[in-house]
Amino acid sequence: MEKTIDLTLKVWRQRDRKSKGQFETYNVKGISTDSSFLEMLDVLNEQLINEGKEPVVFDHDCREGICGMCSLYINGHPHGPDSAITTCQLHMRKFKNGDTITIEPWRSAGFPVIRDLMVDRTAYDQIIAAGGYTSINVGGAQDANAVLIPKTDADEAMDSASCIGCGACVAACKNGSAMLFVSAKVSQLALLPQGRIEAARRARAMVAKMDELGFGNCTNTGACAAQCPKSISLSNIARLNREFIKAKLQD
Amino acid sequence: MWLTNSSIGRKVVMSVSGLFLVLFLTFHMCMNLALVFSPEAYNVICGLLGAHWYTLALTAVLAAGFIVHIVYAFWLTIQNRRARGNDRYAVNVRPQGVEWSSQNMLVLGIIVILFLVLHMAQFWFKMQFNEVASSMAGLDGEYLYHDDPHNGASLVITEFKNLWVVVLYLVWLVALWFHLTHGFWSALHTIGFNNNIWFNRWKVIGNVFATVICLGFAFVLIALFLHTNIEGGILGWNAADWLLNK
Amino acid sequence: MSKLESKIPAGPLAEKWTNYKATQKLVNPANKRRLDVIVVGTGLAGGAAAATLGELGFNVINFCIQDSPRRAHSIAAQGGINAAKNYQNDGDSVYRLFYDTIKGGDYRAREANVYRLAEVSNNIIDQCVAQGVPFAREYGGLLDNRSFGGAQVSRTFYAKGQTGQQLLLGAYSSLMRQVNKGKVDLRTRYEMLDVVIVDGRARGVIMRNLVTGGIERFAAHAVVIATGGYGNVFFLSTNAMASNGSAAVQCYRKGAYFANPAYAQIHPTCIPVHGEFQSKLTLMSESLRNDGRIWVPKKKEDAEAIRAGKLKPTQIKEEDRDYYLERRYPAFGNLVPRDVASRAAKERCDAGYGVGTGLAVYLDFSDAIKRLGRDAVEARYGNLFQMYEKIVDDNPYETPMMIYPASHYTMGGIWVDYELQTTIPGLFAIGEANFSDHGANRLGASALMQGLADGYFVLPYTIQNYLSDQIQVPRFSTELPEFVEAEKAVKARIERLMAIKGKQSVDSLHKKLGRIMSDYVGMGRNKAGLEKALVEIDKIKKEFYSDLRIPGEAYSLNVELEKALRLEDFIEIGKLMAVDALHREESCGGHFREEHQTEEGEAKRNDQDFMYVGCWEYKGEDQKPELHKEELNYEFIKVQQRNYKQ
Repeated sequence: MEKTIDLTLKVWRQRDRKSKGQFETYNVKGISTDSSFLEMLDVLNEQLINEGKEPVVFDHDCREGICGMCSLYINGHPHGPDSAITTCQLHMRKFKNGDTITIEPWRSAGFPVIRDLMVDRTAYDQIIAAGGYTSINVGGAQDANAVLIPKTDADEAMDSASCIGCGACVAACKNGSAMLFVSAKVSQLALLPQGRIEAARRARAMVAKMDELGFGNCTNTGACAAQCPKSISLSNIARLNREFIKAKLQD
Repeated sequence: MWLTNSSIGRKVVMSVSGLFLVLFLTFHMCMNLALVFSPEAYNVICGLLGAHWYTLALTAVLAAGFIVHIVYAFWLTIQNRRARGNDRYAVNVRPQGVEWSSQNMLVLGIIVILFLVLHMAQFWFKMQFNEVASSMAGLDGEYLYHDDPHNGASLVITEFKNLWVVVLYLVWLVALWFHLTHGFWSALHTIGFNNNIWFNRWKVIGNVFATVICLGFAFVLIALFLHTNIEGGILGWNAADWLLNK
Repeated sequence: MSKLESKIPAGPLAEKWTNYKATQKLVNPANKRRLDVIVVGTGLAGGAAAATLGELGFNVINFCIQDSPRRAHSIAAQGGINAAKNYQNDGDSVYRLFYDTIKGGDYRAREANVYRLAEVSNNIIDQCVAQGVPFAREYGGLLDNRSFGGAQVSRTFYAKGQTGQQLLLGAYSSLMRQVNKGKVDLRTRYEMLDVVIVDGRARGVIMRNLVTGGIERFAAHAVVIATGGYGNVFFLSTNAMASNGSAAVQCYRKGAYFANPAYAQIHPTCIPVHGEFQSKLTLMSESLRNDGRIWVPKKKEDAEAIRAGKLKPTQIKEEDRDYYLERRYPAFGNLVPRDVASRAAKERCDAGYGVGTGLAVYLDFSDAIKRLGRDAVEARYGNLFQMYEKIVDDNPYETPMMIYPASHYTMGGIWVDYELQTTIPGLFAIGEANFSDHGANRLGASALMQGLADGYFVLPYTIQNYLSDQIQVPRFSTELPEFVEAEKAVKARIERLMAIKGKQSVDSLHKKLGRIMSDYVGMGRNKAGLEKALVEIDKIKKEFYSDLRIPGEAYSLNVELEKALRLEDFIEIGKLMAVDALHREESCGGHFREEHQTEEGEAKRNDQDFMYVGCWEYKGEDQKPELHKEELNYEFIKVQQRNYKQ
């Protein structure tokens, strides 16, 4: 049942934001195909520590595909070659004995490298801060069932809301555009009556912040949606465009 | 102004100017078809499109459409390269479901423009431009660059007798096809005219539309080439009547 | 014993919270602007509290260990959130939710706190819907509910299998709104290393900037700890990799009492361990028990054949399967509370009926698929099935899932009074970090409820009662000698660890600790084992201080150092858990002492001697902590033996 494989890893090492990075090559042996990709990196790090070297720094936390922290660009794919999963859900059975795996950080002007494979994604927080909410204070809410919401709308909003903010869309985009991320939040709230009230303001503010932070212009290549671990649909971007144009025409 | 200083605004400009150019292409293709059936009819259309005030105005709008589309394309690309950051990926794989054309729109666009230059030199320069320039030069009934700018049919038929011209145009059409297959649905997507249901529909419609346009152009090219090069011709009119002596 | 004043308001149970709110002291808006509050943690409790305090007008400094508040581990909760809305007309009420929670907690929680929790549960749902949380709905447009373990009504609201995510993103969006307004100063990638006490009150924290490695001081009028639980003491758990108990331990070392450390919840439905290399365990939502049936082979030889790979589960005939939960607990069946389900699985596996590696049981959906159709099952659990398949490489539609219990949640935590204040004035603890509402065992879908209740509706009131007499207190300077001292101590601690320069990595030592914890302080505990655990933990502690290797620099980004600091605190917690488990001579909820069980193997409580909260006071390094007791008085409900059979 359990199989083990040996691998060559080409890992991006970079001291800090300003330093120049380069690839280092490492060999790991006897990796169980049942282990996850990050567990394979744990093995590498244990090996490096035992050799007295500094381990490879990478972001990870929940290791069950929901927190959005892990962020590796593996063999040309954000979150690796499997579909609809995060890096932490990628398992080594996807690789063959003797494979060379190239591991890079997200590369985008909006996500500067902090160290090695760890990048700074606070830009996403700033975009949400610009308008990704309903302006509701605690205490003022009416009964939860007071407003009826069609199931189809609620389900579609849920699909948009399942974005984990990992940044794979920006990493995958040749334009470094954050449109899928922004559109998922705008869509979720635009689809629900609670969020409709501020829809125009939200679209304007979030797009302005996205532009200000230096993300690129969307050219609808669809790489974001194709690589999204949560399969967020490209149609969210059409909805964002619609909301934004509507808002601007109202000005 | 949101059409210049917001990313979506800039994309809207690309989208609207692109759709406008698609309309122009459609018209141009239909007009070309007339030539296959009747060079006279084609020349009637050419006459209507000569150096009248309205056609000049339309030409200006069309030129503006091209220029805006091209300038924005470069502008967006420069911004997008900057947004990508300084370090490039060592390994790049095009994910499944992503069209090749969508990631190479600028390259395709540049091929389209380069041929456009050729195309303008071949025809527009000798026709509308010739007419305008000649009248401005005070020539009456005489023309600077070509005998008769109203006889577009002869000009076209003569040019497409050459194999290399036809081949170049076919290459151009392939680039145009790729450009349109992505550009069409993408333009509608950008102006918000899309959702989960229409997503694939627009893609299919776009592909069919691009194919019809490109096949229409190609049909005229090939028909003219064969007609002028095959002994006796294949069309219902005499090629020799229309060929210019060069 | 004056320190353990629970401050429960007078009056009938249903009026206590109303009375409290009517008579508590408030801070007027002009004064709120002059008061600073530090909130450590951005999960459901911390994020909600920081956002709400910001909305009220306080200046909040909010820290999180991850790169964004949205990554807090609350996000991983799958199943749902309880509320006593009674939208399903199945007889639910605030009282019933209160009663189920107390009973589920095996009568080891404070009545007044739990009643308040049930009371505000309804406001939480209203608030979340207003934020745009896309809860599941029925075709008529009303909210849908599902049922969960330990309850006989459907009161659980859910958003697919991602309820925690959606609730956290709701709190996060409210938080970011306050960040945008400048009311919350958000600091990400910061870890708390100490709490600063000035004149007996909590006045600030010492933080490590995880990016630069720098040690920084922050001062405020009050400090709120919302740093979650310490389940990672087992190394393998369903907690996130960075989840830790360090903030709680720092409070404990500074004098806050640590309550009921032994109450750790082992979740029954996790994907079983399958290798040495494993770094964490993945939870499969408890909601799966709604439609899945748990079984092991009836015959030992079948189980052996399955383990050897000679037999497939689908080849075992219906009459040869032992649906042990349905057999033992006919009334609740597969929906018994978590502690009961976990122990039953362990019992079967220990008896030799386990499948897989021997430490697994089946969770079978074939009946549900027959009854509802594959599509309906997919609509309910599709994402969970997909997750299972990605990890295990087995298709749960065709072959039963394998599950086994794993460390999941810690009911114990920092002791707090009714106002959620610890024994240190000005230091508050909310969410999983405190001990307050779940007694000895937490029911499913109640953690989200408690986190948000504390953050949105309780702390923002109760903290004002404390802050109202702080309005004259000017902002503190972080140059006070107490801050300087605290920073010095933190640096000394870091330098001590960096100077060890031994041979073992943090993880290898953590694994050793985890093994001892699960062997002796896990699902089944006994006196000899616990005593052994204390000895073994001390050995690990010695190894830790003599043979630890941390590469890199002390004051730069250093992940190994982060982990080492956390492990140092886990060792403290591990000991504390063993000490508490050893002293509690009874079985209750998540604490099962093998000496104390009925003939049928059910937990046997000892209400006579142990109906109290066990609170431990730190007495210095390597000193035995001192026990204080907060007696639990059940005035409003009759204490019974838990019974899920009838």
